[in-house]
Amino acid sequence: MATPRPRLKLPKTAKAGEVITIKTLINHPMESGQRKDKQGNKIPRKIINKFTCEFEGQTVFASDISPAISSNPYFEFNAKPMKSGTFKFTWVDDDGSKYTLEQAIEVK
Amino acid sequence: MNLTRRQALVLSAGAAALAVAGLDASAAFADAAAADKMMMDFTGGKKPETGRISLNTPEIAENGNTVPVSVSVDSPMTDKDHVQAVMLLALGNPNPGVITFQFTPMSGAAAASTRMRLAKTQNVIAIAKMSNGSVYMDKKQVKVTIGGCGG
Repeated sequence: MATPRPRLKLPKTAKAGEVITIKTLINHPMESGQRKDKQGNKIPRKIINKFTCEFEGQTVFASDISPAISSNPYFEFNAKPMKSGTFKFTWVDDDGSKYTLEQAIEVK
Repeated sequence: MNLTRRQALVLSAGAAALAVAGLDASAAFADAAAADKMMMDFTGGKKPETGRISLNTPEIAENGNTVPVSVSVDSPMTDKDHVQAVMLLALGNPNPGVITFQFTPMSGAAAASTRMRLAKTQNVIAIAKMSNGSVYMDKKQVKVTIGGCGG
């Protein structure tokens, strides 16, 4: 499995009180546990099971994810940052690995 | 009394029809029970009303491996009145749970999009739970030409 590298589309600036749109993508096979290999054995489940977006330590949006989410999981959602600060995004794998990304936003 | 084979056949067909009639006709029999339980656990036993939540899916999904889906809930998203969570269920998948989105007043708007796997043509439902305990749902049918469960 290639190392998951998350990607993010997040505006660099926003007006106070504005609702912004955030898009995230992470490369991950999201092995559902339903597929079989050539010998007929089930390939074990291995997915990203949790995604969290925080702003200055407070949760903005989160998802509890099942194997029914497509590979290379994509999420689009909103946020309303009231001041300048840093967003932190976390993806958690079934095996406990965590992938994170941080990005600042300037709120005018 | 001895049943003729014809009588026994009619009896069992009748019983099967009764069992199916009590369920949502568009969901597979086994999945309806699992989906129902997930829904009741999520809503705390409340039966969802229609309205306020809007589920968007394509009418026809060319590839069941990646079906775009988005939800949007009409809510001011204030501390006193906001959407807490939205659960998506795919009633015809091997397991009905798809995803649960969690929102907070900092979300600004209760809307989210993602891509899901659908095994075959089926109904997808979205249930929204509000901060005051009220629950709403929307349902859409998605026709799937190539199933998306690794087959």
